[in-house]
Order: sequence, then C-alpha cells, then structure tokens
Amino acid sequence: MAAQLPGSSRPAGGIYSGLGMPLIMPAWLCIGFFLLLPVAIMFVYSFLTKEFRGGVIWEFSTAAYDQFFFYRGLFGDEPRQLDWTYITIFARSIWQALVATILCFIIGFPTAWFIATRAGNSRSIWLFLITVPYWVNLLIRTISLKFLIRDQGPVNNWLISGGVIGEPIHMINTNFAVMLGLFYSYLPFMVLPIYASVERYNFALSEAAADLYSSRWTTLRYVVLPAVKPGIIAGCILVFVPSLGAFLAPDLLGGAKNFMIGSLIEEQFKGNAGNWPFGAAASMILLSLVLCVLIFYARAQTRENP
Amino acid sequence: MRKQLDQRYFPGFLPIACLCLFLLYAPLIIVMVYSFNDSTSITSWQGFSLRWYKDVFFGVEAAKFKSAAANSFVIAIAAATVATFIATLAATGMLRAGAFKGRSLSFALINLPIMVPEIVTAVATLIFFSAIGLTPGYLTILIAHIVFCIPFAYLPIAARMQGIDGSFEQAALDLYATRFEAFRYVLLPLMAPGILSGYLLAFIISLDDFIITNFVKGAGIETLPTAIFGSVKRGIQPNIMAISTLLLVVSVVLVTLSWLVGRSGQRLENDQQ
Repeated sequence: MAAQLPGSSRPAGGIYSGLGMPLIMPAWLCIGFFLLLPVAIMFVYSFLTKEFRGGVIWEFSTAAYDQFFFYRGLFGDEPRQLDWTYITIFARSIWQALVATILCFIIGFPTAWFIATRAGNSRSIWLFLITVPYWVNLLIRTISLKFLIRDQGPVNNWLISGGVIGEPIHMINTNFAVMLGLFYSYLPFMVLPIYASVERYNFALSEAAADLYSSRWTTLRYVVLPAVKPGIIAGCILVFVPSLGAFLAPDLLGGAKNFMIGSLIEEQFKGNAGNWPFGAAASMILLSLVLCVLIFYARAQTRENP
Repeated sequence: MRKQLDQRYFPGFLPIACLCLFLLYAPLIIVMVYSFNDSTSITSWQGFSLRWYKDVFFGVEAAKFKSAAANSFVIAIAAATVATFIATLAATGMLRAGAFKGRSLSFALINLPIMVPEIVTAVATLIFFSAIGLTPGYLTILIAHIVFCIPFAYLPIAARMQGIDGSFEQAALDLYATRFEAFRYVLLPLMAPGILSGYLLAFIISLDDFIITNFVKGAGIETLPTAIFGSVKRGIQPNIMAISTLLLVVSVVLVTLSWLVGRSGQRLENDQQ
C-alpha cells in the first residue's frame, strides 16, 4: 500500500524547500506525543505489577507475560506449565481473521476486476457504491448484521416461511457469525486496493496471452494475478490487520464463547478482569504480530520494486 | 464487443460484483425498513409508523441520546478542524518542500494511526492519560480523536496536492509573491476540494469511532456510538434502529458530498489540462 499512497512517491521539488520538517512538526508533535509515547509507556506498563481493580504498582514484574503463556496454579506457587487459554484466543483470532481475509478476496477480487473494466461514469458510480458502506458507522453495520441473522431475524424467518428450513439456523454467537461480521466489516478494504492495481494493469498483456492460445483462466492465473499482486497483498493486509484486533464483531456477534484478542484486551480495562499490565502485555503481543505482517509486506514491496 | 474475444470479460464476475453490493447493503436497508415498524417487538412487521423516530426525539431516552449526539458532533467538528489543519501543513511539507532528511520517516509517522490496531491505540492512550494524571473527559476524547483523524484528513489532501502542478506557485513567486502569499492565494484555493474532502472524512471517522472513545471517555460522558453500544448490550430495541438509520443518513450524505466535491475537483483539473 505504501508505494501507492499519495505522498509516498519521490518528492517533487517545491517552493518550500527547507521548510519540510517545520511544516510536518505539528503532526510529529501530535502523533509522537499522543501515540508513540503512549505506546512506549504501554510497553513499560506491561512489565509492572498489577493493582487490583485497575491501575499499576511501580514494581518491575514479568507476571503479565508469564500469565499469558504459563499457568502456575491458583496461588502461583506450582511449577509452571504451558497454558493454552490465551494462546488459543490468539490462535482463534488469527484463524478467524485469515478466513475473513480469504472470503473477502473471493468476493472482492472479481468485484474489483469488474469495476475496473467498466467505462468511465459507470465505474465511478460502482466505486462510490462500494465505498459508501465503509463510511457508515461500523457499530451500526455490526448491529444491522446481528439483527439480520438472529434466530428470529429476517433471514431465518424468510427461510422458514419459504419452506427451506424447518427450524431457525442458529448463527448468532458462533464462530461463523464472527467471520461473517469481519468479512462484512472490511470487504471494501479488499476491493479498493485491488481495483487500484487492476486499473493500472495493461490489458494488452491479456490480449497477447490470448493470441498465444492461453485460455481466459490460465491468463488470469499466470499473467493477471502476478501483475496485480501488490494490490492483492495490500487488500489482504488491510482486511487482516483490523480483523485481528477487531472488537465490535466478536463482541456483538460472537458472544462470550468466541472470545477474540480485542475482547480479551478490553476486559482487562473496561470489564471485570481489571489487570492493566496483562492488558498492556496482550496489546504488545498483538502489536508485534501486526508489525510482523507489515514488515513482511514492506519486504514484499521492495522485492517487487527494488 | 464480443465477449469471446474481450479479455476483460470473465464469466461470473458480474454476479459476484452484484452479490458484493447486495451483501454490503442488505443489512443496512433491512434495518432502515424495520426502523419504520409499528411494533414494540423487533421481530414481526406490523405496518408503517414513525413512532420510533418520535421515541428517539421525545421518548424516555431522548435526553440521553440528544446529549450524546451533541457531544459527538462537537467533538467531531473540533477534531476534524484541528486534524485538517495539521494534515494540510504536513502535506505541504511532504509534497512541496523537496527532499529532506526524515521525510520517509515522517510519512510512516503520519500513517501510524492507521497501522496500529485501534484497540492498541485505545489501550495506549488510556494508560498514557492515566499516567500523566489527565482526568478522562472531553479533552481526552478530543485529543485521541485528533490523532487518529490526521491520516484520514491527510490522504485526500495529499492526493489533491499531488495533482496540482507546482508551476502555479512558482509563477506566483516570480511575480514577487512571498511564499506565504503563494500558499494563501494560489495553493490553498486550488486545494479547497481536497481540504474539504479531508475534513469531511475526518469528521465521519471521528463521529464513527467507538473503541477508542469507549476507553478514554469519562464515566458521565457518552458519544452516540458509546450510547448506542450501551443500549444494544441490553438487546436491540426499535429505537436503536431509528437512531442507526438517522446516523446512517448523516454518513451517506457526508460521503456523497465529499465524493461530489472530489469529482468537481477532478473536473477542474481536467479543464486545466
């Protein structure tokens, strides 16, 4: 994505040379002081001792990370055993984010391709229609989905009155609902970067492949996909990363049984758990995962355009 | 064109694109329809009525939602204004100051709020405010919102600035304008559509935010999303669907506005060429 974003390409000369840093200073101060510094402090907090009902005691401790990976018995004095509780929550989150990403790709790629091959006006209208839902409040979209797939919701009602099923399908509070929610939340994120890539794709390459007796689908596989790969990777990251730390979809659609990272972290601060160092540690682990994904992406980008 | 020969055509892509639109819009449209339902239960349809809209404005919870809406809009206006100002300066620095040390780092920094998962930003901000002893309230919400609005304001502004040829400002300088005058009377008017677009997007982003607001708000202060979330936790009520519909309309109107502004900006650009 970085290579396609406005402002990332080579700097054009301008009349304000020498003023670059001063002009960006407000952004540096604002983001540096209220985001970078807080993340650093959060890192420190993850190594402090918890105070019950929120807050910390300023004493170094690795208890938070220890609690994440190991179980030491009810009173913390037994030999440590690998504890799968939180690792499972992270694994499930990664799995669900992956499935949502794949679903988004399956629907998103053909859509992006279709839009990019429309003529001028119809293209911009399609593009607009895809963008609008993204700007609609995510909370409202999630509530709408919840309303739709409830046991007594419209989907089940129609299926029953249509005679397709006898009993309502139980969808809410399942893993399926969470994946559907993530898919629904971030679908536009998949379409837009792929669209941007396909739009720049040189269709003469497809024509050439066809002239050489390549079938449509072979061309898609061996010519088109490699050419638009940067857009696909960008789309996948834009879906995967927010899905991983999502809070609304798992909380509203997944219920208590389908805990994801987002809910786990939230509970340490807003819920009953009240363990700030542990919440900070879980956030750090999530942030490291995301950083790994982004570094992988950046390296893939450099390999594409050295 | 004959489909057999057109390499842009793939069988099945049109239905999938339609399915994509359907999936995106169906839930929203159904909630809109059910917000006009004349029934206290959300399950059965009992005819058209505006009673839930009346309930939103004059019902038991009206005061709560009105103050939440007021908070939301005040914070969104303030956050979008500051973020747009910062983003405009940053875009000028990034695109009009040539190469300088720290430029690519600055680019990463401006986009950092998009890269960091929202829940992590929320946790970090909460801990930070608690560490420096700032009581949660309007100010904490506002600061947090300004930070994550900056990249969203920046993107359309930078995109627009990239499309404007630097020779306009150069010409202004040749005619003895100061650099500030070149900015104020040449670049800024040309930038207007991009800035408006950035402002509107920042406004919507601020209006929409739930997670970060939920973490940094004080006990007594609610914004619309946190108030709605609180209600939904007790089950979806019909009045929530009416509020959702209203908020949805606000978002759609703003996005459409931003889109039309962007298009008129593009047209202007085409006319210049």
